[in-house]
Amino acid sequence: MSIEQQPTPENNKVNTANTVKKLVLVVFAMFGFGFALVPLYDVFCDITGLNGKTSTTAANVNEAGIDESRTITVQFISRTAKGIPWQFEPMVNEIKVHPGEMKLVKFYAKNESPNAIVGQAVPSVSPGQAAVYFQKIECFCFNSQPLKAQEDVEMALQFYVDTELPEEVTTITLSYTLYDITSSVET
Amino acid sequence: MTTEAIHDSHEHDDHHDHKMTGIKRWLYTTNHKDIGTLYLWFAFIMLLVGGALAMGIRAELFQPGLQLMEPDFFNQLTTVHGLIMVFGAIMPAFTGFANWMIPMMIGAPDMALPRMNNWSFWILPFAFAILLSSFFMDSGAPNFGWTFYAPLSSTYSNGSTAFFVFAVHIMGVSSIMGAINVIVTIMNMRAPGMTYMKMPLFVWTFFITAYLLIAVMPVLAGVVTMLLTDTYFGTSFFDAAGGGDPVMFQHIFWFFGHPEVYIMILPAFGIVSTIIPAFARKRLFGYSSMVYATASIAFLSFIVWAHHMFTTGMPLFGELFFMYCTMLIAVPTGVKVFNWVATMWRGSMSFEVPMLFSIAFVILFTIGGFSGLMLAMTPIDFQYHDTYFVVAHFHYVLVTGSLFSIFAGTYYWLPKWTGNMYSDKLSKAHFWCSLISVNLLFFPMHFLGLAGMPRRIPDYALQFADFNMWVSIGGFAFGLSQLIFLAVVIKCIKGGEKAEAKPWDGAEGLEWTVPSPAPYHTFETPPKID
Ligand code: HEM
Ligand SMILES: [Cu+2]
Repeated sequence: MSIEQQPTPENNKVNTANTVKKLVLVVFAMFGFGFALVPLYDVFCDITGLNGKTSTTAANVNEAGIDESRTITVQFISRTAKGIPWQFEPMVNEIKVHPGEMKLVKFYAKNESPNAIVGQAVPSVSPGQAAVYFQKIECFCFNSQPLKAQEDVEMALQFYVDTELPEEVTTITLSYTLYDITSSVET
Repeated sequence: MTTEAIHDSHEHDDHHDHKMTGIKRWLYTTNHKDIGTLYLWFAFIMLLVGGALAMGIRAELFQPGLQLMEPDFFNQLTTVHGLIMVFGAIMPAFTGFANWMIPMMIGAPDMALPRMNNWSFWILPFAFAILLSSFFMDSGAPNFGWTFYAPLSSTYSNGSTAFFVFAVHIMGVSSIMGAINVIVTIMNMRAPGMTYMKMPLFVWTFFITAYLLIAVMPVLAGVVTMLLTDTYFGTSFFDAAGGGDPVMFQHIFWFFGHPEVYIMILPAFGIVSTIIPAFARKRLFGYSSMVYATASIAFLSFIVWAHHMFTTGMPLFGELFFMYCTMLIAVPTGVKVFNWVATMWRGSMSFEVPMLFSIAFVILFTIGGFSGLMLAMTPIDFQYHDTYFVVAHFHYVLVTGSLFSIFAGTYYWLPKWTGNMYSDKLSKAHFWCSLISVNLLFFPMHFLGLAGMPRRIPDYALQFADFNMWVSIGGFAFGLSQLIFLAVVIKCIKGGEKAEAKPWDGAEGLEWTVPSPAPYHTFETPPKID
């Protein structure tokens, strides 16, 4: 231990200032780390598909061929988030697909309120590990959906299940939650 | 440099000799003992406020059905009770101990940053005034649980979120400043010869706690800031509609939250490790293993957070990882319990009140540790999560753990603080009343939880009625018992048998080398340590 580092009154001030500086730096770094957790979390979930989020961009058309030896049950669920006065439901509740096979399904939405509203559907896949294998070529969830008062629409979802889907997954549930995003679109 | 230093220390002395009177003494004080006293009184007042809220909860739960309040108000009571007890009672009480004792234990004249010390205390009352004032607003107080899960606290908030967020910001700034002060003091102001491995265990535990504080309080500040912007400024960190994720809230919160529970227990370990050797008249068994155990608990506390989130649908690997890491924490914790028992083993024990509270701590904290281990097992947690079993678990570790250690420490150092001995009879009455009522209060909660009674609900099914009545009776009794504590402390401040410099014959440490009451300034010249 050098002379400077010994805790004597003469160099206390210098040491104190140095330690404080380092600690304040740690505080700011950890504050930043809290925010860094947000992108880190997204990246982590993107790679692993852990939180059941599917990709938000269109997938390429399947080129790996169809695996007819397996049949996957795909179920569709819909729900409307707090306060959006829309009717929103899948037009078929369940279909069977072979991995690699392309399918088109439709969802029905109707604005039952007297006002124009912009809706946004957010998908989630269960089990979470299947999320990265659920490939959407076209999805109404890629864009927001404006509807005038009492207007209705049929919205398309075109998808296939990747042939790489792990063996143990036989049923995939795709859930859409519809949110009212009118206020954030206007601004 | 040398002349400057001499000059500076001169100014310092002048400043010190100038002791103000009346309210100004307390407002402007930079003296570590004054500030410690302020923290301790503040914590005690908050204990009574938080306790009053808990009495409201137990009154409503005395019988099934809704008797006294709307469910929304019940939620406000549970939320604010939790916040006050965590941030207002337990944490400031330990900071009070740190202020009073750390400089005396390491032979320093004061804390390293006395003016900042004044600030870290005096912003606290404002934080809690903001939080409590929300009870009187139209919106009502926060009602989303002390864990403030989004979107309960954002989209579905009753409008109290801004008050809550600013209050937490201020509390966070206060704790961070307090922690920086402790670290700087310990690193730079130890008396010559006081090496790290000679430091009293309370100093060690608080040193490590302070590191935990500066590591996780900023993360708490971050998450409440995100909550604020989500609620009022249209961001969507936790809002699925805008691409956010509410589960991420829980990850960030518990990344803070689990180290936070260790922030509330490590100083307790330090206090108990000081008291048990004094009354067993033996040296602490395994001093260095205690230090390493504390450090490894602190380290492990960063990688177990998701044991609070087993039911959020984590993948199997995650469940297993967090389960094993959590159970690993029981190893260093077990080392500590073993060391306390080994210290008492064949010691010539006497049972003064500080020791009574410490022994109760060892036994009852261990019960809390065992229920923690049960909860750590993922499949079992699926069953117990969000039931009264969890409530029983954390009250055993926090009330009979942290709070009991605070009582033990107060009774241990009160003669040093006031210069007087306290009433043996009254303090023992406080101990026995607390011990019996606290178990009546929290033990049946285990069974309520096992039988499926959910937490945070103002009503319950009829079969839980008997146990809840007993729990409520225990609650009121425990609340009233704390008034005995108040009486003991006030009587002791007012007078009593004069305390010697070292009233406990087995006690060790520099604090007992100065007279009782401890003079306003101690160790202006550092003591010799061999
Ligand atoms: C052996 C050590 C411990 C283990 C294994 C453990 C484990 C757990 C687990 C698994 C939970 C989550 C239960 C659930 O929500 O389903 C929990 C909750 C909790 N624990 Fe512990 N724990 C331990 C020690 C402690 C200590 C020392 C403290 C504080 C001093 C503490 C405070 C809490 C609190 C406050 C909660 C509830 C948080 C909430 O949801 O409001 N625990 N513990
Ligand atoms: Cu935890």
